Amino acid sequence: MNPKKVDKAAIAVLYVLAALIVLILASLLAFILIRGIPQFSWEFFTQPAKTFEEGGGIIIQLFNSFYMLLITLLISTPVALGAAIYLSEYAPQNALTDFIRTAIEVLSSLPSIVVGLFGYLIFVIQWGFGFSILSGSLALMIFNLPLLTRTIEDALRAIPGAQREAGLALGLSRWETVTRIVLPAAMPGILTGVILSAGRIFGEAAALIYTAGQSAPALDFTNWNPRSISSPLNIMRPAETLAVHIWKVNSEGIMPDGAEISAGASAILILAVLLFNLLARYLGRKLQQKLTSA
Amino acid sequence: MEQIKDTQPTRSTKRNQERFGKTISLIATLLIVLVVLSILFFVLSRGLRTFTQHDVSVLDFFAGTEWRPGETDDAGNALVGALPMIVGSFVVTLLSALLATPVSIGAAVFMTEVSPKAGKKILQPAIELLVGIPSVVYGFIGLTVVVPFVRQLVGGTGFGMLAGTLVLFVMILPTTTSMAVDALNAVPRHYREASFAMGGTRWQTIYRVVLRAAMPGLLTAIVFGMARAFGEALAVQMVIGNAPVLPDSFTTPASTLTSILTMNMGNTVFGTLENDVLWSLASILLVMSLVFNIVTRWIGKKGAIKG
Repeated sequence: MNPKKVDKAAIAVLYVLAALIVLILASLLAFILIRGIPQFSWEFFTQPAKTFEEGGGIIIQLFNSFYMLLITLLISTPVALGAAIYLSEYAPQNALTDFIRTAIEVLSSLPSIVVGLFGYLIFVIQWGFGFSILSGSLALMIFNLPLLTRTIEDALRAIPGAQREAGLALGLSRWETVTRIVLPAAMPGILTGVILSAGRIFGEAAALIYTAGQSAPALDFTNWNPRSISSPLNIMRPAETLAVHIWKVNSEGIMPDGAEISAGASAILILAVLLFNLLARYLGRKLQQKLTSA
Repeated sequence: MEQIKDTQPTRSTKRNQERFGKTISLIATLLIVLVVLSILFFVLSRGLRTFTQHDVSVLDFFAGTEWRPGETDDAGNALVGALPMIVGSFVVTLLSALLATPVSIGAAVFMTEVSPKAGKKILQPAIELLVGIPSVVYGFIGLTVVVPFVRQLVGGTGFGMLAGTLVLFVMILPTTTSMAVDALNAVPRHYREASFAMGGTRWQTIYRVVLRAAMPGLLTAIVFGMARAFGEALAVQMVIGNAPVLPDSFTTPASTLTSILTMNMGNTVFGTLENDVLWSLASILLVMSLVFNIVTRWIGKKGAIKG
């Protein structure tokens, strides 16, 4: 075969591979949405789950997912922000900084089940938090920190050095330069990073089965006293999330309409991830426009 | 000199601010480092208890094929052979990476070299979205589509390494593809132009120049995919059947390190051998994730693109 024919054949194979990937991905999405969306109903969104009979909903798991997401973001964003500021603005080029970067890289590559087991060992057992939203959020924080730190650091580094020099030339301290000039300018990037990490947190299950627990006790949505055990706001109660629910329903297999419930819940997870993705892009762009008044 | 020194305040508000900012950002950073070190310390120290507190021989653990924690053989040795799980984890990881490698590199080459337009418009957004799909969703699809498919194809229950491999293959596909795209994009344009100028065809340019220049990045993508596959817990646990035995075939129930951990951690009493041996499995996961990390770094160091 001459090179021209080989070229034609090889390019054809590449087309097939690309088509294959599109086919796999598209059928995946189509399957989840076509199976899942018909399950959406008023009952599905407003009823608590039923274990042994059909017709249960997912209201508690849905609430738990969002509540845990909120708390995780509240505790992980400040830490990630601080670390990102240190790494992009203060860290000298030395062995300690190398070590810190290696540690963060190691953390980001740890399997989430290992993070979950560590959370079980420390938060649930040693610190006595039990299976609770608090334990779950702390585990999710560990799971979330490396990636969030990296995206925030990238956002800070993307701000031109001239901005910092201008601040320093005006007699501001480095800290003031960071908080008053660099941070606001990097805000679109930071926000995008936080929202994208929200998508990851929302779908995580392996880190939660032994920290937030696998049960969803009944909640009284009229009771807003955070210390009451039936209150949705209580952070010391066990809280099965939507992702954990999908796993639990399928691996136990005692719920008669388990397949339908999981299909519906999977569709919600996918739509949530899609929503977070679009939101991140939209807000990032909007904020950029506002800041640069372009 | 003395006079000038007197006029300089030793601690200005600016300097205090500076010190405050540097301190709290350093504390946040050290907190992350502390978390990493304590994960390593606590998981490994519990994992080692199997050998130090319960006197299980290292050989019995790594090479034993009988996994019945809580029971002992005639000689009184605990039956905690982890070989079935270790083999299971490695087999599904390697096979899924083997499947994912040609597809993702092919698709990545298509996106960067053949049709960047279609790549940017269709493939890129689809892949970005799919990277974010939660792993339980992959597990659920595996359970409702892949397992019945395997059952029809070869009979049996459908649970096993084949189903696990297929689920992991689809799961790591978006990750490896998007990293492969980054690796190919990092190859400088003039490499390609030089090849075309010498009369190379598109395929010759891709195969002889671009792929070779991007090799370290492509390898990193594959290793990354393998690390993800090795550490994945729930999606695999849902389709592999969770029988802690060395399987006769790819379509009989098997298990992985993560699947046994997921199943049993809640059913054992803290401090017993049954529990500590699970931490030993977790330690293997931890060490392997460090190994994947080291391999990635080594590849990066060896093959950084020059010029």
